[in-house]
Amino acid sequence: MHTTEVLEGSQAVALAVKACRPQVVSAYPISPQTHIVEALAGMIANGEMDSQYVRVESEFSAASVVSGASAAGSRSYTASSSQGLLLMTEVLYASAGMRLPFVMTGVNRAISAPITIQVDHQDTVSLRDAGLIQFYVESSQEAYDTHIAAFKIAEDPSIMLPVLVCMDGWILTHSYERISMIGQEEVDGFLPPFRPANFLDVNDPKTWGSYAEEDVLMEFRYAIHLAMQRGKRRIKEIFSELAGITGRDHGGLIEAYRTEDAEVILVAMGSVVGTIKESIDKLRSQGRRVGLIKIRCYRPFPFEDILGSIAGAKVVAVLDANFSMGSEGALGMDLKAKVCGRPGAPLVIDFVAGLGGREVNEERILEIVEKAEEMERFGLPLDESYWVGLDPDRVP
Amino acid sequence: MRISVGAVVPGGTSREYKTGSWRDKRPVIDEDLCRKCGICESVCPDSAVHEKDELYEIDYDYCKGCGLCAYECPADAIQMVREEK
Repeated sequence: MHTTEVLEGSQAVALAVKACRPQVVSAYPISPQTHIVEALAGMIANGEMDSQYVRVESEFSAASVVSGASAAGSRSYTASSSQGLLLMTEVLYASAGMRLPFVMTGVNRAISAPITIQVDHQDTVSLRDAGLIQFYVESSQEAYDTHIAAFKIAEDPSIMLPVLVCMDGWILTHSYERISMIGQEEVDGFLPPFRPANFLDVNDPKTWGSYAEEDVLMEFRYAIHLAMQRGKRRIKEIFSELAGITGRDHGGLIEAYRTEDAEVILVAMGSVVGTIKESIDKLRSQGRRVGLIKIRCYRPFPFEDILGSIAGAKVVAVLDANFSMGSEGALGMDLKAKVCGRPGAPLVIDFVAGLGGREVNEERILEIVEKAEEMERFGLPLDESYWVGLDPDRVP
Repeated sequence: MRISVGAVVPGGTSREYKTGSWRDKRPVIDEDLCRKCGICESVCPDSAVHEKDELYEIDYDYCKGCGLCAYECPADAIQMVREEK
């Protein structure tokens, strides 16, 4: 039975996680992740949810708890933001290496210093090489749906990797939205209990992540990459299976929005996508050929789907809410790496937009579109990423 | 041989991986000075010191020669001796 309620984004995620029946939840509070884990702790304490909530003294421990619980054969969940995700990093690399399929929410927040609680994607993008599958969502409804899919994707025997569902802090977690939820029996039918081939057992002891020398470490790393690449098809199947139950299809690894005959295509992920869609509708009504590719799945990087959708474009403008110091935004680099050298490939320009909560509104999106058109017209690829809304007079 | 997913292997297989060849100095216990306090056994990071017949002996198959036992021994009963071929 489907129900609809007006919920805070964090509550929607907590209810999605509850419906997936994790046996272990462990987290350390950090804004803007707190409302999710408070809601879960509340439901467990009130007996509405049959899970063990393990309180810990740091995010390093929270990640270690869910990693160990997952190895013991328990469906496990954690969430964090910003510095908390960075503190988890060592454990997350190890968990991916040990192929432990827990699910976590990365509530996006910029990284200190300077200290801030505002949103950008620097925290989760910093984890892009860890071996986690990474999804980014546009709305709280998509966050709800994606969390339910995430457990099934993580635990798929052909994948067996941790999944990080990224959602913009405050903008999604702390705003209210109409959320449609599926019934518990539908979630149970979609997501069977977690039964891994290997689990910690005192009667049959095993070692996870055993010592690997130079003769075999590369094969282990390649196996993770292969699970991701082959997982692309499986992720799409699982998304579409869930869409059949919810009646909501958010797309596959990407969503191509009005890209047919588009000359300028924007590429973005997260909640900014909603604003971009509005902008595109307005620009289209003025006859301008502009489209959008929303990245739903950032790792594995869905370049095949992106290349198919940008084939006819003249210029691609990538919005990066992160920056690799001394280079460019990560999404821009990812795309350039795959586009570069292909015959007839469009020009790809990297725009750094929305760091530390800097507003990306319709005006800024128009600026990006026009800058991209200008660069394409004059055939001048930028040596540097274009920082949208930067005030150079304030830079020391 | 194919690798396992997640490097999951049967428990206890690290016994087959002998790390003694990493050592450039070996700890040698002077049994006359040893007070049998067991500190060497408790500080060894590789569990390579074991009690045997009321004395302590070092398992050179696994001892990496870190020297912690010699450093901690309150009786100065353990000397680190250079390995020679």
